[in-house]
Amino acid sequence: MEIADKNNESGGGNGLGKYLAGHLRDYGLLVALIAIMAFFQVVTNGTLLKPVNITNLFLQNSYIIIMALGMLIVIVAGHIDLSVGSVMGFVGALAAVMMVNWGWPVWMTIPACLIAGVFIGAWHGYWVAYWKIPAFIVTLAGMLVFRGLSLWLLEGQSVGPFERSFQSLSTGFIPDLFGVGRPNATALVAGVLAVILILWMGFNQRARNAKYGMDDEPFAFFIARNIIVCGALFYVMYKLAGFRGLPNVMISMTVLTVIYAFITENTVLGRRIYALGGNEKAAKLSGIKTEKLTFLAFVNMGMLAALAGLIFAARLNTATPKAGFAVELDVIAAVFIGGASMSGGSGKIIGAVIGAFIMGVLNNGMSIMGIGIDYQQIIKGLVLLAAVFFDVYQKNKA
Amino acid sequence: MTSLLEMRSITKEFPGVKALDNVNLTVAEGEIHAICGENGAGKSTLMKVLSGVYPAGTYDGEIHYDGKLAEFSNISDSEERGIIIIHQELALVPLLSIAENIYLGNERASRGVLDWRETFHRTEGLLEKVGLKEAPSTIIDSLGVGKQQLVEIAKALSKDVRLLILDEPTAALSEHDSQALLDLMLELKQQGVTQIIISHKLNEVRRVADSVTVIRDGSTVSTMDAHAEEITEDRIVRDMVGRDMSDRYPPRPHRAGEMIMEVQDWNVWHPDHGDRQVIRKANFNVRAGEVVGIAGLMGAGRTELAMSIFGESYGKNISGTVKMHGKEVDTSDVGKAIAAGLAYVTEDRKSLGLILEETIQKNITLANLPGVSKNGIIAEGEETRVSEEYRQAMNIRTPSVFQKVMNLSGGNQQKVVLSKWLFSGPEVLILDEPTRGIDVGAKFEIYNIINDLSEQGKGVVMISSEMPELLGMCDRIYVMNEGALVGELTAAEASQEKIMSMIVTDVVADAAE
Repeated sequence: MEIADKNNESGGGNGLGKYLAGHLRDYGLLVALIAIMAFFQVVTNGTLLKPVNITNLFLQNSYIIIMALGMLIVIVAGHIDLSVGSVMGFVGALAAVMMVNWGWPVWMTIPACLIAGVFIGAWHGYWVAYWKIPAFIVTLAGMLVFRGLSLWLLEGQSVGPFERSFQSLSTGFIPDLFGVGRPNATALVAGVLAVILILWMGFNQRARNAKYGMDDEPFAFFIARNIIVCGALFYVMYKLAGFRGLPNVMISMTVLTVIYAFITENTVLGRRIYALGGNEKAAKLSGIKTEKLTFLAFVNMGMLAALAGLIFAARLNTATPKAGFAVELDVIAAVFIGGASMSGGSGKIIGAVIGAFIMGVLNNGMSIMGIGIDYQQIIKGLVLLAAVFFDVYQKNKA
Repeated sequence: MTSLLEMRSITKEFPGVKALDNVNLTVAEGEIHAICGENGAGKSTLMKVLSGVYPAGTYDGEIHYDGKLAEFSNISDSEERGIIIIHQELALVPLLSIAENIYLGNERASRGVLDWRETFHRTEGLLEKVGLKEAPSTIIDSLGVGKQQLVEIAKALSKDVRLLILDEPTAALSEHDSQALLDLMLELKQQGVTQIIISHKLNEVRRVADSVTVIRDGSTVSTMDAHAEEITEDRIVRDMVGRDMSDRYPPRPHRAGEMIMEVQDWNVWHPDHGDRQVIRKANFNVRAGEVVGIAGLMGAGRTELAMSIFGESYGKNISGTVKMHGKEVDTSDVGKAIAAGLAYVTEDRKSLGLILEETIQKNITLANLPGVSKNGIIAEGEETRVSEEYRQAMNIRTPSVFQKVMNLSGGNQQKVVLSKWLFSGPEVLILDEPTRGIDVGAKFEIYNIINDLSEQGKGVVMISSEMPELLGMCDRIYVMNEGALVGELTAAEASQEKIMSMIVTDVVADAAE
């Protein structure tokens, strides 16, 4: 480290190549997603990007993405949650029992289930935060407990079906506000608005960075990145418009992603979670209530796992004892593919979401191709290892 | 005397920077050779070249060791030839015993089965040699840093060391332990062990070194022979920083104003061993603009006192009162202590003070995020403006506040920690070893910052193991021993002898009880 002070001066760098070398990770993820999509688009003869399949992609992966948001925060805080698959299954079972066996209305069931999720998260968080029991152990226990509880609750049976209004949590679509029908004008308008918003925020950020002299990405990169992102976004919207429009779950997923990205990047709360994961002792000595934050990270995770459980049950229109089995692994993999560090303190919401999409497209694409579940597992495992290896390699080189 | 080691025109380049530029170092057989230089001068890089961390071929120049050209490709190569480095950060396994640590990687065993008898027997012999009175089965964790240092030396001796390199061996040691270590070095010299010592503590260098090489900006500046000429500290400092530094402690008028903080009857018990009282009825106070020192040996309880006051971050069953401006305040958690106007700059900035992987900016605002945010949302521009202000005011040498803190030198890191606490707006700052492990130039800057704080009317409590620093900087010095404040001296009456005698008297009184 002795020479680092001098190194800094050359570290800033100029020229596109140098910039790219320094930010390979940020672009790499997006490029990987696009490359994987392009690959499957070709090998599936265009099935991947058919409107109905794009809709399916969102429906199939929504619950993983929603849980990845919470998992990212837990992992940034320096912990892990192995129980989310079981919790998700348990809450789905709970919702089914409430509605089918007890006859509860939907409007009571949904908040009750979310509150149940909060309490489950609080249960885990309590042991991790205040008793310093490693999260691995606490949530491993939780994984068994809640798997068992869902079996008990469902008595080993599937429970369903549900009311239409509950199903629409997942399989519903936003009605076309403009009454055009097909192509769905709402989806197109939403696409245009989203593109405008992204560009406006991008330029705003650049202006702010310039004002405070932060080093920013070269303008050519900025333009190229935005053309790709906005183009892809609008393309997806256009495709969706050609089918049934915007799925409800896509809206809730997007809203949650924006909210969590904002919390993690722009708020005091978010900053403190990163500090906690980066160096817990230093954070504590800076007046940060590290126990409370850890506790809250698990509470939040529990709530999102509950929401995912509701959405999953709504999509299948039934609750089964096997729901959510091994899903925690997909969620955790998504977060690590997205660039979060195992030791805590780093990782981004948007990375976790893209990571989840990469996993999702792999699942979906390989299924369309008819690749067996055996090879699917092997390939997913290798992708995870490759992504993390890429991170480690980059770090060591720097 | 023949030379054991000759490093000839060593040049080592990293991408974009020349860390070593034609460095020459000659160490005679059986001498103690000191290497001095500011942080970043290239001392550690030179030692890494010597020990094979940077293998032969990655640097230019030649190393001649024991009359032969040496080309080490890794550390075990150099260790085989008897070159052993003891790093500043000790490399012991905390939960293993002394004996296990000494023979780690070099186990006494036959066919993979440990020979405990021989291990323990040999360890006893080595411990005797280094003067450590502990059983070989003692767990490392239960030893203080000073004793751990001795274990490291014993470990080096177990490998038939010919050239022992000590990197800042006394940085974490108390005055007393440091003296013991220096004595041991002289004794090893008698036994024929050639030694290289890297140190910032020039009085120690003067005491043990036969010759001194000064390195500045990656080049050899001078080599002095203690037997041919008198090596003065001033001369070493001048060579190290490239300029005269007549005053190591910048002057400051005595300006004790109104009373700010009073700590009364402060008692603290050990967090794990509930029956052990760590702080006994401590009473002290700080006035506005005053710099108050706390002197004491390692383990006297100075850090424990500071941390227990700062949000009860240490110990349990804490009793006593903290008053600010005459009114009792609640300091039961760190947030409350900060709100009451306290700040604590830790002695261990890497593990307790900084988030190394985060940027300078994010570290500076960490203790006062509400100060750069509105309704819980951080105003990024404001945050950058604030941290930029501190970067300039504190002279943190870095191109931008978006640099990660881990890329900074020790002195600059310390300035980041100080910035963080100044931004939290304290009235009293407790500085725990504020100049530990930083070079002479940066020390001077830290002293100037302390004087500025005094001028702004803040109260400063300074804990330091370097007595000259306390004597040079403080208006008043409390002397601490075994958890109690055993005396108080004004700047005018304080001297190293008086402080030591207060400690010794207390020890004797204890023994008499």
